[in-house]
Amino acid sequence: MFDSPLILLSLVVFLPAIGALVVACLPSDKDDLLRGVTLAFTFLVLVAAVLGFLMSGSSSFDPAVGTMQNAFNVEWIPSFDIYYMLGMDGISFPLVMLTAVVSILAMGASWSIKKHVKAYCILFLLLETGMLGVFLALDFFLFYVFWEVMLLPMYFLIGVWGGERREYAAIKFFLYTLVGSVLMLIAILMLYFNSDVREVAKVSNINGTPNASVVWNDLKMAPSAEARVGRVTTKSGALALSLKSLDSHEPLNVAFVGGDGDTKASYDGVSNTVSIEIIFGTTASDVLAAVNSDPQSAAVLYASLPAGSDGTGSVGVGDLNGSLSAEDEASGSYLVEVSKDGTVIALAVSDQPVHSFNILAMTAMGQKTEVFSPQLQWWAFVLLFIGFAIKVPSIPLHTWLPDAHVQAPTPISMILAGVLLKMGGYGIIRICYPICPHGGYDLMYVVCGIGVASMVYGAFAALAQTDFKRMVAYSSVSHMGYVVLGLGVWSATKELAYDSSFWNMGVQGAMFQMIGHGISSAGMFFMVGVVYDRVHHRNLNEFGALFAKMPVYTALAIGLFFAGLGLPGLCGFIGEVFVVLSVFAFSIPLAVISAAVVILTAAYILWAIQRVYLGADYKGPHEEALVPATTRENLIAGTLFVLAILFGVFPHFFVLNYMEKTIGNQVESLADWTKTVKEAKPEVAAHGDENSEEHPAENGGPVPNVNEDNGPVTPEVPEVDGADARVPTGELIAGQ
Amino acid sequence: MNLHELVSNLVIDTKGSADGGMSFTADSSVGAFMPELVLCLTILLMLFVRVFNFGRFIDAFYIAFLGAGISFFVSILGTDGALTDPSTVSRMEIFTGMLVYDKFSVFIRAILLLFLVLFTVFTKLSGIPDKEDGPDIYSLVFGSTIGLCLMASSNHLLMIFMAVEMASVPSYVMAGMLKGRREASEAALKYAVYGAGAAGVMLYGISLVAGILGTVHLPTMTAQLAANAATFSGGESMVLGLGGLMIMVGLAFKLSAFPFHFWCPDVFEGASAEVNAFLSVASKAAALALLVRVAIGFGVEVPEGVKPGERTAMLAQANVGESDKELLATTGANGVAGDEGHPHEAGEEHAGGHPHGLDGDAAHGHDDDHAHGSVGSAGLSNVRWFAAKLIALLAILSCTFGNLAAYGQTNVKRLLAYSTIAHAGYMMMAVPPMLIAADLGFPNMAENALGSLSVYISIYMFMNLGAFAIIAFLRNAMRTEEIADYAGLIRRCPCIVVCFTLIMFSLIGMPPLAGFIGKFAIFASIAEVYGSSAGTDNPATFLLIMLVLGGANTALSLFYYLRIVKVMTIDPEPEGRESVGFNDVSWQGAFVIAITLPTAFLIVSWGWLHDWAMAAAEHLFS
Repeated sequence: MFDSPLILLSLVVFLPAIGALVVACLPSDKDDLLRGVTLAFTFLVLVAAVLGFLMSGSSSFDPAVGTMQNAFNVEWIPSFDIYYMLGMDGISFPLVMLTAVVSILAMGASWSIKKHVKAYCILFLLLETGMLGVFLALDFFLFYVFWEVMLLPMYFLIGVWGGERREYAAIKFFLYTLVGSVLMLIAILMLYFNSDVREVAKVSNINGTPNASVVWNDLKMAPSAEARVGRVTTKSGALALSLKSLDSHEPLNVAFVGGDGDTKASYDGVSNTVSIEIIFGTTASDVLAAVNSDPQSAAVLYASLPAGSDGTGSVGVGDLNGSLSAEDEASGSYLVEVSKDGTVIALAVSDQPVHSFNILAMTAMGQKTEVFSPQLQWWAFVLLFIGFAIKVPSIPLHTWLPDAHVQAPTPISMILAGVLLKMGGYGIIRICYPICPHGGYDLMYVVCGIGVASMVYGAFAALAQTDFKRMVAYSSVSHMGYVVLGLGVWSATKELAYDSSFWNMGVQGAMFQMIGHGISSAGMFFMVGVVYDRVHHRNLNEFGALFAKMPVYTALAIGLFFAGLGLPGLCGFIGEVFVVLSVFAFSIPLAVISAAVVILTAAYILWAIQRVYLGADYKGPHEEALVPATTRENLIAGTLFVLAILFGVFPHFFVLNYMEKTIGNQVESLADWTKTVKEAKPEVAAHGDENSEEHPAENGGPVPNVNEDNGPVTPEVPEVDGADARVPTGELIAGQ
Repeated sequence: MNLHELVSNLVIDTKGSADGGMSFTADSSVGAFMPELVLCLTILLMLFVRVFNFGRFIDAFYIAFLGAGISFFVSILGTDGALTDPSTVSRMEIFTGMLVYDKFSVFIRAILLLFLVLFTVFTKLSGIPDKEDGPDIYSLVFGSTIGLCLMASSNHLLMIFMAVEMASVPSYVMAGMLKGRREASEAALKYAVYGAGAAGVMLYGISLVAGILGTVHLPTMTAQLAANAATFSGGESMVLGLGGLMIMVGLAFKLSAFPFHFWCPDVFEGASAEVNAFLSVASKAAALALLVRVAIGFGVEVPEGVKPGERTAMLAQANVGESDKELLATTGANGVAGDEGHPHEAGEEHAGGHPHGLDGDAAHGHDDDHAHGSVGSAGLSNVRWFAAKLIALLAILSCTFGNLAAYGQTNVKRLLAYSTIAHAGYMMMAVPPMLIAADLGFPNMAENALGSLSVYISIYMFMNLGAFAIIAFLRNAMRTEEIADYAGLIRRCPCIVVCFTLIMFSLIGMPPLAGFIGKFAIFASIAEVYGSSAGTDNPATFLLIMLVLGGANTALSLFYYLRIVKVMTIDPEPEGRESVGFNDVSWQGAFVIAITLPTAFLIVSWGWLHDWAMAAAEHLFS
């Protein structure tokens, strides 16, 4: 069962939704049963993910592969080129696991929810489906649907079960996210209608071109889309061709006959038909070779062309029967071009743009082709970035977060901080940069500036809070600033000789920060929730001396707060240090500021620990309620703390191991794009002084005049080597 | 053409053949008009049975339900008795060109009649009209529906006026259906006065247009425009523009579009929720179809249609041609399955000389496209751009105004009235890209735009029928239509509240609910057409503005829909509420769920709906 990606990934995404159905059928007055079943389903998701991705054979996640794994592509709405397409790589896999774990812990923390438990459980499970779907969807439309699916339950979870100002907080959260997603929708439509898979096919190895810049199979295009760019991938079926020559509609008696043998052509003199047997994965060159190898077929094709046609006629593929008919309907007719001398030169390239919502294909379009103009990319980047920055949240779009966090019930705060914020970061790394590199390049200082500003502002704001939960919420703004900064460190420019290792480190740091923050912030919110459940206030100045009353809880809490602070050995450290180090190569002032934020972080966290846990006596109300934490509470906090230690001590084994290959690929590809596309022209214009003076000096070796003779396209090996030797790579540090 | 000729032409058209006698051919005008005839017969039957004593005991609902059902069934049947295959419906001007029978009219009529079936069931469940009033009210509803069907298939400015009146006059009475209620009478009067005024202005506009162009037959009108628009003097152009504006007034009234929407909130508040459902869905769907007809009539030269009686022969001929081809093509072992596509090709051939606009090869084909697009004249192009900008402006204003005005409402019917104004705006947004695409020579994009409008209409039918059904059932149970009185309702009847919540989210346009699909389709069309115009020397920037404002409006509408949801789900129940008197487990509950299910789960598979809508739009522009 776990061998089929379709079943496995769909199961992981929709298991919670099935759980919601099951819960809906249970009696609504048995609270513990409802919570238990819900917890069981969140647990099942983790089990399915672990069994499917880490244990079993063919579907297990291979960290050594840097491309999409377990991807599949099923037709959904063919008329809009929308596919049900899921898949995972090193960027989404850790986030999926994080979602599964945090969901279990948050559900465990949901025993404090007392009213309308059934509705709560249903909404919680729907929320989990939405979150998992966002991380696994590879079709932009599907991504958008999941993105919004998660919004509806969240509105109610905050609005019904939240604190005093819950309605305000809920609608604020809803409105901010909706505005962001409307902008995203506009960007999606702009990209979709400018996309053209045919252009990708041209630069891919679809026709066997060696060393093509796009590996066609990595795009996971659906067969019906592949057919329109000249490739037949269906295993059986028959095509009948009729000739549409330049000036007539005379049928040409050609039939494609399905089969599992070789692609071959034969001529039947009785019916005057050329039959071409096609096999799985047939491409134009195969057909060309097959037709040419049979002299008679080639002759018939030649003879069927009208006299006097000046070069090429085209052979339209008419109806297809059997399994191919659906594709035919979706795509109109295929064309086979026939040159004057009777050779088939191309199979089935549609004469209209082939649009696509496929995120992988869009990535290839953004970087390897020119279908997305720089201007379009710039606008799309801005719209998408605003949408994701709201979710991250970055200033100045962060103001929903303190309200939502403070008003949400504890488990929902854990989900919000632990998973939902990561969707923003995920969107930036998965969609903004790969699809719209022009925008990312032009705005790199803006993005980094926003990141640093969020860090500084969030830290100062946290310092000023008297509400314990609000302080933790602002710490999230600050910590997520590292993510934006790390993703935006586009250091692979000419000044650094297109060396992507710093940027690689920054992105790895950002990804690690997302995972680490998912653990530590969920933990911090949980710890706040535990004490709030007891004394029903959150005023930092009215706590004190909790260590004496709740020793185990306090020990775990201090541990988790230290993880948030970024203490070495805990999960917050690696991400921050990676990001800050990477920024040094990008911009010294930003690096200095971002490094200084660590001091502020230490200040507000240590001060909070001092005011809440240490001290001589408790200053607030309900002192009698401060009983030691229950086993359930200790179990949840303990799990988080253990994860924090594991991720801090073995960052490579537990986290970076899974993501470094994918991130390396992506960053390398973008660095290559910077060199060959973005900065190519100015460089050619200014090669005289640039190359002869700077490069040899920088690389410390005798590098020949790099781009003058070969043009910007050829990668220069010595240059990259020189840079590698000089710069510590992400891997080196990760191993420490 | 003298009167005698006209009558004999009408007779020939009606029978579908020039033979003597009373034989009707398979594709006579009567055959294409059958659903409307069934409705007429139903009205007669309902009124007639009351003459007899036993007839008084027959609940008019059963007759109405049966009539609506048969009519719907007939509308989805082709003239040959099998389910209508969209590919076999070709454009046919019936009754001497007064009406047009094509895929679009078949689609819209099917939607209207399906709505009528659901509507009669809904009225039975809600108890209004009661048994006493039943025959009267159902007669009015059916009469109005006939008018709506005529609106969707009008091909003639006079027919448009007659259809609008046919649809409107019964609505005025329906608005006052609740006898003895002051608000209902006020609603009826306001509606009638407004309607009369709008109709007068529209008629005046029609006469102006007729005076300038010398015809009121839409295709002839387009041909006239194409031929002569460039030579019109300034005065003539102005009169023509004025005539167009005045016709737009009549349409905007039916659409309840800004600034002719003022009747809408008052009528909706005064009339019963049942009538609101009818006005907001059926009336609006037909008005949009009419808007499309008029827009095409003014701006797009349609391919010549067949006359009644010619179609069968033509199809037969085309089939012969096809089977010849098949013979040639299927000599291989795995032959061609000759279903789809062939009539399509036949249609292409029939359209003759029209070169196919889309060259695909964007950079290269553009000049050709443009040349094709401006077939006719620059004058027609001006008309298209003028109409597109006018409609876009009205759409944006309706949308924004409706959403803003809905904020302050406390009565749920009044709030939904403003919501329907806003939705009329969203739906009208599909028309400008359609015209611009036709102008740029992208007939398939124009079809996309029209298809997305059809998708939206189909989905809107379920959303609004569901919303008003819930309002009616809650009114029966609680005797109130104030939003505040819905507080905490989820504790009493969770099922219906969940349905209402889903419908509200769907009206916002949130995925995964169906309302998103409609909105997505329309926004996609706007983006598509803007994208293709961006490269030309005359980019349709107003489409981009419309897209952005449409998106902004989506966010804007969030508040008031969400307020209803919040009141029902989050707010506490009022002190001392007695029993609500609505049980989820009832026929009413089942009806609400049945209407909500498509709204909630259409996202799972909506390709078929889009395909149907696209089929309905096929060949309207090329």
